[in-house]
Amino acid sequence: MLYRENGQFKTSYRADQQIFPIAQDRIAVALLLAVAFLVVPMLASDYIFRAILIPFVIMALAALGVNILVGYCGQISLGSGAFMAVGAYGAYNFFVRFPGMPLIPALILGGLCATFFGILFGLPSLRVKGLYLAVATLAAQFFSDWMFLRIKWFTNNSDSGSVSVNNLQVFGFPIESATSKYLFCLALLVVVALLAKNLVRGAIGREWMAIRDMDVAAAVIGIRPMYAKLSAFAVSSFIVGMAGALWAFVHLGAWEPAAFSVEISFRLLFMVIIGGLGSIAGGFFGAAFIVVLPIVLNQFLPAFMGLFGIEVSTAGVSHAELMIFGALIVWFLIVEPHGLAKLWSTAKQKLRLWPFPH
Amino acid sequence: MKLSKIVIAAAVVAAGASSIATSAFAQAKEQFFPLLSYRTGPYAPNGVPWANGKQDYIKMINARDGGVNGVKLTFEECETGYATDRGVECYERLKGKPGVALFDPQATGITFALTEKAPVDKIPLMTLGYGLSVAQDGQAFKWNFPFMGSYWTGADILIQHIGKQAGGLDKLKGKKIALVYHDSPFGKEPIPVLQERAKMHGFELQMLPVTAPGVEQKATWLQVRQSRPDYVLLWGWGVMNSTALKEAQATGYPRDKMYGVWWAGAEPDVRDVGDGAKGYHALALNGYGTQSKVIQDILKNVHDKGQGTGPKEEVGSVLYTRGVIIQMLAVESVRRAQERFGKGKVMTGEQVRWGMENLALDQKKLDALGFKDLMRPLSTSCADHMGSTWARVHTWDGKKWDFSSDWYQADEQILKPMVKAGADKYLADKKMTRRDAADCQS
Repeated sequence: MLYRENGQFKTSYRADQQIFPIAQDRIAVALLLAVAFLVVPMLASDYIFRAILIPFVIMALAALGVNILVGYCGQISLGSGAFMAVGAYGAYNFFVRFPGMPLIPALILGGLCATFFGILFGLPSLRVKGLYLAVATLAAQFFSDWMFLRIKWFTNNSDSGSVSVNNLQVFGFPIESATSKYLFCLALLVVVALLAKNLVRGAIGREWMAIRDMDVAAAVIGIRPMYAKLSAFAVSSFIVGMAGALWAFVHLGAWEPAAFSVEISFRLLFMVIIGGLGSIAGGFFGAAFIVVLPIVLNQFLPAFMGLFGIEVSTAGVSHAELMIFGALIVWFLIVEPHGLAKLWSTAKQKLRLWPFPH
Repeated sequence: MKLSKIVIAAAVVAAGASSIATSAFAQAKEQFFPLLSYRTGPYAPNGVPWANGKQDYIKMINARDGGVNGVKLTFEECETGYATDRGVECYERLKGKPGVALFDPQATGITFALTEKAPVDKIPLMTLGYGLSVAQDGQAFKWNFPFMGSYWTGADILIQHIGKQAGGLDKLKGKKIALVYHDSPFGKEPIPVLQERAKMHGFELQMLPVTAPGVEQKATWLQVRQSRPDYVLLWGWGVMNSTALKEAQATGYPRDKMYGVWWAGAEPDVRDVGDGAKGYHALALNGYGTQSKVIQDILKNVHDKGQGTGPKEEVGSVLYTRGVIIQMLAVESVRRAQERFGKGKVMTGEQVRWGMENLALDQKKLDALGFKDLMRPLSTSCADHMGSTWARVHTWDGKKWDFSSDWYQADEQILKPMVKAGADKYLADKKMTRRDAADCQS
């Protein structure tokens, strides 16, 4: 009833090509943004910000980047952790080596380092695809692990290989408090998400999807595979690199190469698969699932078992957390192999036909 | 997938989350100890006894003394799995609880991340025997306390001991010493001191990194077999240590030429290797065994009442005792803070920090606390956040550890300038200045 689009006539191409063609969607997104920017900062506690919202927002950004590569262009990558690391260490080097370097240019330069690195390790995609490419991109991961552990120049000659940053500020505003960190990351996420959405709607996004669906056919209709694949690698690793820089600068503050290990590559791939391949919203759903759910389970289980008078040990909780989490992934993928974003769009379809969905 | 099911599931989760949020309030006169731990993952065999010792000491103080001057001690454990991001999440979750005293991150990586956060939140960090070595300089690191030793003091003492075994430090000239280390900040920290010592005594230092967590060491030991170093220093943690000993056995490298840091010298590291590790030496940061009064008190007041955290056989083991010592230092810091800021009150993080900076545990006090033979006296100041650098060497005889050397102290003449230079570099990078005399009084 509430979700009806009859009466909404599109009288121009412009109106028909909007990101959210249905008025209710526009209102919902505007409300969501208002809540995220205005209501959440008033309500959330320091813990919610620092432990849940900030990691969620940053990982959603990274998942968005990975989704462009994996979901839209079909190039399976296991090197996302490496792109994050290159972004983080790149931004770090610009930040400490150029006195007075502001945060946002440092982040963008870090992203550009990741772009370069991404194109370099995207070259194999011109020859191999699918699982073979996944293994080839794994090389990026191992290479970055090696590089940041061994080449002291990247860590500013730190003895232990651990680096840290402070005095973050944007246009004179210090990024120290939890609220400011959250708002900064969220603003960046919104801007990048909007740009990404427009990219995938545009000509280049069509090319990526054509390559994903069938690269030979795409080449036949005049799409240059090299340009399409490498541009997907470039855009994706730029976004992932910025997310890595945010993860290091804003979330951790001090980090070592282990913070961007192969495990984070896997987590990012899970995020886009569970969230939904080839959908901007999927990155958000996937990040929420992978980042937030373990933490919620971890805190929810002892309280839940406490209702029945059962005390669970710390080890028990963390084992149970892994088991439940694993079971949920399997269950979700069986129930909806196209990810949470597909569930969401199914729900929307049903609402349109409500009260008689089929 | 029915939409209704999702809605119900979401509602259940939301209800659970909100009940947790409310239970965090309503606290009485209690000093809270957040305990970060790892009972899962590749470091669990070592993380578990450590965490159990900390819990048991708190339970014992509550049962025996009713807390500190009437302030009851509480704790909550949070599983980090040794991962930095989970550790940060735990820190953020627990730092807001009322009456938080201090954090012991239990992992070098987490320590680095929290070092940036602690000054903002005004909560001190205790990193007994690990963490940032330069944090010994309390004038630069106001909130870090690497009590009893750091990787630098450990490395220094190992070289002193090896020199003594060889018949004098000058005899090390031309010798080859290999460092088999965990390839992380934890393993890399000692390198500057070893390089300094190598320059002084003219021995060759061979670096052999092992990728975390350390189960794959074949290539490393192939290099050991090729280059045949005179000594091997083992800088490992968790599963890496027993793997290294097994590989040494397979390679035929003599175990009595191997020296571990104090994180590579506990029962879980050698138990599985058994006789294969016979003759292996490691640093002992603390004493152990069930003879001391404090361990007897724990057995009597906690384990005999069926409230022990782990198995009873583990009580008194090396890492368990280290956990007890860590918690004792935390509790004594609170007690010291109460002496200045009011007995019987719950101390804030800032007040506990003062207590940690003004600890003075002489032999008499340690004996009274029941820590005779478990550790040497410790006294901290604004300039020295470590308090003591004593350690000795113990050797595995196939069944148990035995002390095989006297106590050593790290060489101040070598370490002091290095700590100062390292701290100055840190301050310069961060555009901060040293604390002045007035700040030391606060």
